[in-house]
Amino acid sequence: MIKIENLHKSYPMGKESLHVLKGLNLHIKEGEFVSIMGSSGSGKSTLLNIVGLLDIHDEGNYYLNGQLIEELDEKKAAVLRNKFLGFVFQSFNLITYKTALENVALPLYYKGVNRKERQKIALEYLDKVGLKDWAGHLPSELSGGQKQRVAIARALVTQPKVVLADEPTGALDSTTSDSVMELLKEINREGMTVFVITHEEEIAEETDRIVRLKDGVIISDELTNKKVTV
Amino acid sequence: MKLFDRDLWTEVFSTLTKNITRTILTTLGVLFAVIILIMLLGTTNGMKNGFDKLFKGTATNSIFVWGQSTGKPYKGFERGRRVKYTFDDIKLLKENIEEIEEISPRIQLGEHRGSVTVNRNGQSSGSSVYGDYPSIDDFAKKNLEEGRFLNQDDIENSRKICVIGDDVYKLLYKKEENAIGTYIEINGVYFQVVGVYRKNKNISFDGQNTVHIPFTTYQKAFNSGNRIGWMAITVKSKYDAGIVLTKIKKLLKQKHDIHPKDTRAIGSFNLSKIFSGINAFTMVLQGFSFFIGVFTLLAGVIAISNILLITVKERTKEIGIRRALGATPKMIKRQIILEAIVLTVFSGLLGFVISVAGLSYLDTKFGDGTDFPFLNPSVNFTQLIVSFTLMLLLSLLVGLIPARKAVKMKPIEALREE
Repeated sequence: MIKIENLHKSYPMGKESLHVLKGLNLHIKEGEFVSIMGSSGSGKSTLLNIVGLLDIHDEGNYYLNGQLIEELDEKKAAVLRNKFLGFVFQSFNLITYKTALENVALPLYYKGVNRKERQKIALEYLDKVGLKDWAGHLPSELSGGQKQRVAIARALVTQPKVVLADEPTGALDSTTSDSVMELLKEINREGMTVFVITHEEEIAEETDRIVRLKDGVIISDELTNKKVTV
Repeated sequence: MKLFDRDLWTEVFSTLTKNITRTILTTLGVLFAVIILIMLLGTTNGMKNGFDKLFKGTATNSIFVWGQSTGKPYKGFERGRRVKYTFDDIKLLKENIEEIEEISPRIQLGEHRGSVTVNRNGQSSGSSVYGDYPSIDDFAKKNLEEGRFLNQDDIENSRKICVIGDDVYKLLYKKEENAIGTYIEINGVYFQVVGVYRKNKNISFDGQNTVHIPFTTYQKAFNSGNRIGWMAITVKSKYDAGIVLTKIKKLLKQKHDIHPKDTRAIGSFNLSKIFSGINAFTMVLQGFSFFIGVFTLLAGVIAISNILLITVKERTKEIGIRRALGATPKMIKRQIILEAIVLTVFSGLLGFVISVAGLSYLDTKFGDGTDFPFLNPSVNFTQLIVSFTLMLLLSLLVGLIPARKAVKMKPIEALREE
């Protein structure tokens, strides 16, 4: 599903340039539940941005769903993001003046799904995350855990190939964290590839495979004993 | 995706109504600009209409030519010779100068600008007496109070009739007395009155103390033969009267053996000069109001652009989210441009309504054009369409600035924004 070969990325910092990713190789198969562990500055966010087509790599190859990502312009990136990727952010990133239902329906709008269909699908996914009764509420009327569930519903609504979660529990207390992780696991059990970025050991432990990143290189890539991946 | 997509409009309206006070304040600039533009255009149109009404019934492209005394000796003639015209001159001009539309000769009894005694029932007046063709009335229409003006029949039959001015009527008749059908006497010849006129309020060169009799009648009654006094000449509207006048003078000078550089011998008056001056004035005024209006509009539209730049800045993160969710730059741009257009069109239409109402108020208050040249102040359809299109184009242009800014930032940077 995601294949990365010798991936490099550096950012210009004044006259110097900061080499963030130093030749990563990573292969994530369909249906995997992977976490990228690393402290801040390890390059994990950069990796997520590149995988999420929010940023462009300098060197190496990146295959998403078997497709080589190259000559990526904003339009192409937007279409691919909409088609293949679902995002879950640490700070939820819901649009404040839209209801939970409208937020979930938004990716479908950009996909070109008609209004009625959109409402229907969005409601299904809200139901899936247990928030059907909260459909008409604004994000400000929801708790942190509920907001993240809405965000997950939004990530799933276009039936993407991969869900990318950037510190999905970073803004939540431990109880809500657990329930959010449960939800992600459940999604994974249904066959979705889930890619989590975190710096918390407990969260990473919940996933099936942990990739540890330090100073732009992968220092370990191991399976947790919960489930054996192929 | 289509422009008339309900969802796109929902998006636009939800962002515009988020801060309704600011939205309304933003639109004020364009609102006032449109009011200024339309009011200016309307009032200058009103002025133009006023002048047009003033000139109505006047042949604006006309010149008058009469004979004076020569100022230079030429071909053995001494200076001071009187230049006199005949019908031959009219024929000559008509045959040689195709720009001429019509020549209406006139002959006056007695001295030029002098008056003769007109009698009726022991009353008398000192009035100007003219031999005229009916076409003289095309130069400056007279308002007939009673009866009619001279007609072609009168010319052909040399009828002994006349049309008199209101001053003549007042001097010769009692109040309320019916003049039509009565007779007046001039130099021993009796003429039946067929019309009484008042000069038109606007432009006229005959006073009201005048008597007009058919040219042919004049020839017979006063034995004037082939002579004519002066010529009123209309020039076809596409030609410049001044140039035609030069041609006419040249031709007349040749025929009457006048020195080519003699400026005194032929008297003339170019009426079109006055009108072209006034026309230029109203045109400049119209152009100037449009200029002012357009720049005010530009300022208004720029204000909208400015506010949109601020909202784009405020919505950086939101735009980032939308793009992460699959909005292409084009979709984002379209929404922001549409916001600019909606704001402009809304305030513009409101401005149109207010200014058109304002103009119709001015119209009912001052628009009858009696006191000063101001008639029916309004904008025509073309002007409305032009202003509206201009507004739309401007809003599209200035909408591009915030729209471009909105997609300039990478989604990843936009998402990081707090």
